[in-house]
Amino acid sequence: MIRLPRLSWRFIPVWQRNYLVWKKLAIPSILGNLADPMLYMLGLGFGLGSLLPDVGGAPYLTFLAAGTVAYSTMNAATFEVLYSGFSRMHVQRTWDAILNAPLTLDDVLLGELAWAVSKSLLSGLAILAVIWGLGLYGDFWLTLAVIPVVVLVGFCFGGMGLVMNAVSPSYDFFLYYFTLVITPMVLLCGVFFPVSQLPALLQGVSAWLPLSHAIELARPLVLGRLPADSGLHVAVLIAYGAVGFTIALALTRRRLLR
Amino acid sequence: MLSVCNLRKRYGDTFVVDGIDLSVARGECFGVLGPNGAGKTTTLRLLLGLIEPDAGRITLAGMPVPARAREARMKVGVVPQIDNLDPDFTVRENLIAYGRYFGMDRGAIGARVPALLEFAGLAHKADAPIAELSGGMKRRLTLARALVHDPEILFLDEPTTGLDPQARHLIWQGLRRLIAEGKTIVLTTHFMDEAERLTDRLVILDHGRVVAEGAPRDLIAAHIEPAVVEAFGEGVDVWAREHAGALCERFETVGETLFCYTAQPEVVVAALRAHPALRYLHRPSNLEDVFLKLTGRDLRD
Repeated sequence: MIRLPRLSWRFIPVWQRNYLVWKKLAIPSILGNLADPMLYMLGLGFGLGSLLPDVGGAPYLTFLAAGTVAYSTMNAATFEVLYSGFSRMHVQRTWDAILNAPLTLDDVLLGELAWAVSKSLLSGLAILAVIWGLGLYGDFWLTLAVIPVVVLVGFCFGGMGLVMNAVSPSYDFFLYYFTLVITPMVLLCGVFFPVSQLPALLQGVSAWLPLSHAIELARPLVLGRLPADSGLHVAVLIAYGAVGFTIALALTRRRLLR
Repeated sequence: MLSVCNLRKRYGDTFVVDGIDLSVARGECFGVLGPNGAGKTTTLRLLLGLIEPDAGRITLAGMPVPARAREARMKVGVVPQIDNLDPDFTVRENLIAYGRYFGMDRGAIGARVPALLEFAGLAHKADAPIAELSGGMKRRLTLARALVHDPEILFLDEPTTGLDPQARHLIWQGLRRLIAEGKTIVLTTHFMDEAERLTDRLVILDHGRVVAEGAPRDLIAAHIEPAVVEAFGEGVDVWAREHAGALCERFETVGETLFCYTAQPEVVVAALRAHPALRYLHRPSNLEDVFLKLTGRDLRD
């Protein structure tokens, strides 16, 4: 039942379709995607940050900005494959129409994943723009390395989210994923405070969660250092995304093509 | 153009497609008829290589399916049963986006769009969003979309279900134009008049098997008496018991209606005239009579 995805450039028209739709509503879409992380970052960063000493060796706002890059790209990819992906697959039956053309389900899912990565990239770049604008970094050139990290985070959470999409009977189902997976991740992986503040047990859980690894990469780069164990973190993000994508493909095949 | 040999597909313990053989020649309009659940849509999905058969051989446009289904689909246009136009796009954008899935570039698609819009009768709606279209317009656009890459063969899954008579006739006109241009068409339907009007040859499926095959006229001639007299009204069951057997070759009573199948309808009509309480309808037999005879009158839900 589970086999390796057959990747091909045929995914491009699927990506392009989503891009053309997005382009029509680009401005409200960008504002909608960015307002939330931006408000958290600036509100908590200035409000809470003024009460706090340096966190992790940096002003709290800078510390939080680095976490927010990872957190907002995770959300961008997740929302895209869950809600928008589900609309295209289940409600509008756009995928059915595409499958009647000479494209395979592998092509469709890869196109959706690539699109989720694109949305993540956009979201990550917007937060980076704020980081650059407010000078919330240690070394400007190192912050450029955050861009490929953002792409990896999009890949990771896009692949994972597609699994949820494949098994969901309705939009309501996604709430479980948010309450059981995404929210714990936001609270345990060091977006708002260092993981070292957590009890040992929770730190152990955190080490297995992909967002921790995303933040382990993004935060040092924003603060002006090279990340430690970067190979491990990259490998974990790729593994979560690739395994998720492969499972999602098998489950979606069972859902649509039987 | 299409040949199918001993095709089988099983879900759990039931064979939804249970040993189907078909062959469709280039330029032919071929009908697949059957009650709900007879296996029509499953057969179409098998032919397109979207699902894998449990047994059997399919060759579509010269290519083995499912092994080379993707390449075969380059030459096939599909009008699905459930409308799946892209609601985020206008009429024109739907055609352009769909052409891209076939690897066409913007110029090649752009060159075809005016003719497709004209074919669909939607030139005046080119920039309208899909939500503004009527049911008939949506179907016509779906048909035009299936033609964007100039396919050799068209699969239509119940193309006129849910349309009003005006809209159905427009779709039929379009299909006749395509047949005249030499396109091969495979059409599933449960409208007998549609099959009678359009198809050169058809199969009737039931429980995943072919129960009859041939040209509509030949099927009517082979399976059913040339005329039908339907009678209804107070006392029709009594009249049927006492007279029908002697007056016609075959009869059946369904609910309050008596169906007399006969080569000499005048005899039946004359006898019915003597019973003013009974109303009657005299008509030539049609494909629906064949269909009901072969697949029965039970509801298939």
